[in-house]
Amino acid sequence: MDFLALFDLSVLDSTVRLATPLLLACLAGLFSERAGIFDIGLEGKMLFAAFFSAAVAAMSGSVWLGLLAGIAASMALSGIHGLASITFRGNQLISGVAINFLAAGLTVLIAQDWFQQGGRTPSLIGGGRFEPIILPFAEAARSVPFIGPIYAELISGHSILVYVALLAVPGTWWLLFRTRFGLRLRAVGENPAAVDTAGVSVVGLRFVAVGICGMLCGIAGAYLATGLQAGFVKDMTAGRGFIALAALIFAKWRPWHALWATLLFGYLQAIALRPDIIEGALGFRVQVQLLDALPYILTVVILAGFVGKAIPPRAGGEPYVKER
Amino acid sequence: MDVMPKWAEVILVPLISLILAAILSALVILAIGEDPVAAVNLMVTGALGSSYGWGYTLYYATNFMFTGLAVSVAFHAGLFNIGGEGQAMLGGLGVALVLLFIPWPHWTVALLAAALGAAVFGALWAAIPAYLQAKRGSHIVITTIMFNFIAAAVLNYMLVNQLRPQGAMDPATARFPEAVHLPNLHEVLAPIGINFSKAAPANVSLLIAIVACVLVWLLIWRTPLGLEIRSYGKSGRAAKYAGIGAVRITMVAMLISGALAGMMAINNVMGEAERLVLNAVEGAGFIGIAVALMGRSHPFGVFLAAILFGFLYQGGAELALWTSIPRELIVVIQALVILFTGALDNMVRMPLERMFLAARTARTSKSVEPAE
Amino acid sequence: MTAPAIELKGISKAFGPVQANKDISIRVMSGTIHGIIGENGAGKSTLMSILYGFYKADAGEIFISGNKTEIPDSQAAIAAGIGMVFQHFKLVENFTVLENIILGAEDGGLLKPSLSKARKTLLDLEKEYDLKVNPDAVIEEIGVGMQQRVEILKALYRQANILILDEPTGVLTPAEADQLFRILGRLKEEGKTIILITHKLREIMDITDTVSVMRRGEMTATVKTAETSPEELAELMVGRKVLLRVDKKPATPGDVVLDVQNLKVVDEQGVERVKGINLQVRAGEIVGIAGVAGNGQSELLEVLGGYADATGTVTLNGTPIDLTGKHSDGRSRRDRGIAHVPEDRQREGLIMDFAAWENTAFGYHRDEAYTSGLLSNNAAIKADTAEKMERFDVRPPHPHLAAKNFSGGNQQKIVLAREIERNPDLLLIGQPTRGVDIGAIEFIHQQIVALRDQGKAILLVSVELEEILGLADRVAVMFDGQIMGERQTDATDEKELGLLMAGITDTDKPHDFAEIEANLAHAHGDASKGA
Repeated sequence: MDFLALFDLSVLDSTVRLATPLLLACLAGLFSERAGIFDIGLEGKMLFAAFFSAAVAAMSGSVWLGLLAGIAASMALSGIHGLASITFRGNQLISGVAINFLAAGLTVLIAQDWFQQGGRTPSLIGGGRFEPIILPFAEAARSVPFIGPIYAELISGHSILVYVALLAVPGTWWLLFRTRFGLRLRAVGENPAAVDTAGVSVVGLRFVAVGICGMLCGIAGAYLATGLQAGFVKDMTAGRGFIALAALIFAKWRPWHALWATLLFGYLQAIALRPDIIEGALGFRVQVQLLDALPYILTVVILAGFVGKAIPPRAGGEPYVKER
Repeated sequence: MDVMPKWAEVILVPLISLILAAILSALVILAIGEDPVAAVNLMVTGALGSSYGWGYTLYYATNFMFTGLAVSVAFHAGLFNIGGEGQAMLGGLGVALVLLFIPWPHWTVALLAAALGAAVFGALWAAIPAYLQAKRGSHIVITTIMFNFIAAAVLNYMLVNQLRPQGAMDPATARFPEAVHLPNLHEVLAPIGINFSKAAPANVSLLIAIVACVLVWLLIWRTPLGLEIRSYGKSGRAAKYAGIGAVRITMVAMLISGALAGMMAINNVMGEAERLVLNAVEGAGFIGIAVALMGRSHPFGVFLAAILFGFLYQGGAELALWTSIPRELIVVIQALVILFTGALDNMVRMPLERMFLAARTARTSKSVEPAE
Repeated sequence: MTAPAIELKGISKAFGPVQANKDISIRVMSGTIHGIIGENGAGKSTLMSILYGFYKADAGEIFISGNKTEIPDSQAAIAAGIGMVFQHFKLVENFTVLENIILGAEDGGLLKPSLSKARKTLLDLEKEYDLKVNPDAVIEEIGVGMQQRVEILKALYRQANILILDEPTGVLTPAEADQLFRILGRLKEEGKTIILITHKLREIMDITDTVSVMRRGEMTATVKTAETSPEELAELMVGRKVLLRVDKKPATPGDVVLDVQNLKVVDEQGVERVKGINLQVRAGEIVGIAGVAGNGQSELLEVLGGYADATGTVTLNGTPIDLTGKHSDGRSRRDRGIAHVPEDRQREGLIMDFAAWENTAFGYHRDEAYTSGLLSNNAAIKADTAEKMERFDVRPPHPHLAAKNFSGGNQQKIVLAREIERNPDLLLIGQPTRGVDIGAIEFIHQQIVALRDQGKAILLVSVELEEILGLADRVAVMFDGQIMGERQTDATDEKELGLLMAGITDTDKPHDFAEIEANLAHAHGDASKGA
């Protein structure tokens, strides 16, 4: 038995890659929910972005255009969510469900119309994908014991969006806790009436938050289709939006904790891909279906209370209506 | 203050939402280069133009009645059960186990036992998220979503590793014995002189679904338990004041909800496939959400909405067969219905309320009430 | 003559079918304290919310210092020099005082400079107006009196010249209210204009220069305070002569019905809300629980009503009742003969979307008379509802109408009818007349007294001292989860009860405000420590 094999560099490497879309989606949810808008439509937005980024990248040959298209598509869905839950004060959960289905249906419908490949995009090649970035001295450092391989394999060699996601963590923290915008955003999720009577537009703030959420989901989806994989396939998000949501609760709506939570879920996904390592480490075979279900089971276990008491933003989920 | 008369609330609002969803769907069809009018024609002919079409429409509608009722009961208790899909999968497992391992003399007893098995399995699958919500405050929306994924893994394991007959390639159980074959609508209607399509899958489960509609109506509006469920759904604090236990209502409502979703399996697993296959539920659990929203969580509304979605489903299948429009169009329509009847409800309601208010002020310029 | 600080002309506002303000005109002179008085629902708060840009008027004009001003949102109001302290404070609970003060009035995009600038300004304001606060305290950990000061500072920080206060004393002890009025006096000396919205006649008489009276959405009069009397104002408010006292015979208490011994309640956050109280209520008497909101009265009612757990002993007619476990819920209490009119009728006593008949069965819906077999006997419930509505003069008398369509007073009558028509041994009643018009108040008080005269025991919780003094036979004052003292209502007064409400038991000695404030702060510190 070899427990250390569970932390094999290749497993950790894919942990980082698999955690990236979760992290981006988790931060997306953080902006939205900190502003008081619950969003179970992260999944749909990611999926929508994944399709449009892959489609545009395939047609134009430029992954950057693809990224922009993905962000735009995701933000369009954010607009619908904002319209329903901010402007028309509808049920945020139901709106999220609708957005998930809308994305699931439209992506296949449009993919079929555009590419006739059974609801997928053509495989992306060359400039249609985000290529790994080799950090300076990665090869040279490889020979340094311990730190060298970590630098060369774990830290270097990811696509740019991985680094964007990692930088988004301190970025989010700074924006939230060090700027006027952050103060107002947090306030509107706690007590929108306080923001309103202080002369700041509740609707405006919430739309901005939902917009940022859409942008980050867009990057997450683009990464899925153009970084992690080479093209779009039907339902390729596979519940990642919901896992990101669980990570958000686990992180108690805090940016740094979101990083740790999504790395944990990313690790679970990574290890599930390597039954051989698990068997080697534990000495018995684990059913593949159990491994598939593991992130979802863990989410439930975490939600069941190993997070301690997670207190969501107080005005979360409630549309803002001036009291009568 | 109520501004709108009840009929507007119950009929006009959902109707307008539905029309909006239909218009957008038509635009989607246009956008992918097809003719919406031709598409509708094809759907109507395919789904309603023959007893074969009707047989499929009603078959799908039966599924949706069960899942729609499931979502509705939970809605009344203020709970959003997105887990109908997983609960229906587990219901299928219950049906398969009951029918494969116990020799039944006649389909009637088998149906009762299978319905019970389906209900118990569905209810158990809903019980865990319900318990976690009631006792630990875990958000039931997320836990039921997770349980859908877990259910898929469980079903996969059972079919691939346990229930698959030796030598069979596809992940499915063996066929159920001939004795438990459920009469389809052809066999049900033949004695009263109606000639219904033999090939269509609609079967006696439809009658059970209709009975379920009636029973749910009685439960919600004619029993003390129903009042308790609705009270809890409207105001947790008021329910507490009245001595209506939150844990009890959450559990009871979700058990009933899960049981109803699970019972769908008597239709699709026992009635149609006559064995359990991997993708037996086909998204019917999710369509239950749209059906419940459209039907305003009222069993009669659910009945009508289920038939409408049965039509859409069968019509969509016809479209996929004869045109290049994929079946996912139905998912889009379903999304639009949820969006308009659920989330964008106020977009329709607000202008209507303003209209009714204007009409009322015009009629009676008195009735002035003070307010703070 | 200089232009008035504020002039409103022809303001009208409707919420759906409800006309909250009808063609209202008013002038408020600069440097005065102007009172606006009226019953609940008269439209006072709506009018001021329009002035603050929180609501938009359907018609009418606003002039500030003689200039016509559009106030489409609160930002415009702030720019026009208007500040408002709402009845329910608009503070972010988990932010600090300083963060709340700068919210919306920050300097630049970064927080740090804004916060340090605000800290300096706050020190100046503190000196100028004698308004002490700790800028780094978190809102949810300071008392309501302090929170109110934060609200006032928020307005001053935005350089408000006109300050509107909506029912500011509702959450304060009498001593804290006096302190607030001293602050308002100071602000007036500095040339600020103050509008005070209240339904308490005493406050108007004590501190305002001018008073406007509102009734049913209309402005009925504006008079100089020095030239009017409480009686005249009351008549203007209600539109007829009113009895300011409850008419009742002296009580003839019988056996002990409710006996509470060493009752302790710990809330979900682990904070002890009720700290071992002893209390008895006898047959044929009304015992009032006085105290500032949040000192354990609500928890006491909840425990006795069966929906919160507690430790200690409670007996009803000599038999103990369960304080935890499955026989400690609303239903078991009803079975034992305890009826309960809860404090918050809109969120607890009624389901606003349910018809009146469903609300009449609510809580008693499993009674034999209301069921037949497994099903509800809806016909019987409706018939019973119609009967009760007639006896309690509920208007309109339609059992099918949803509860939300009745006025506050009629809603309360529906709850009252449901609870007292069942001949309970003990009636628990919280804030019986909150949000109820004066006509209905008289009726409700009569019903309570009549129930007492039938030999029932009544426990009344109210934050309105006047109501307790008028209605109860005996009063116990709660402060910080304890009972500070009990008095016969005919042998005490507001001043004595006010000191007890601030936790001071030696009521015959003189006390200054600092001592009272220290006491309150100490009690609150206790409560928040556990959280």
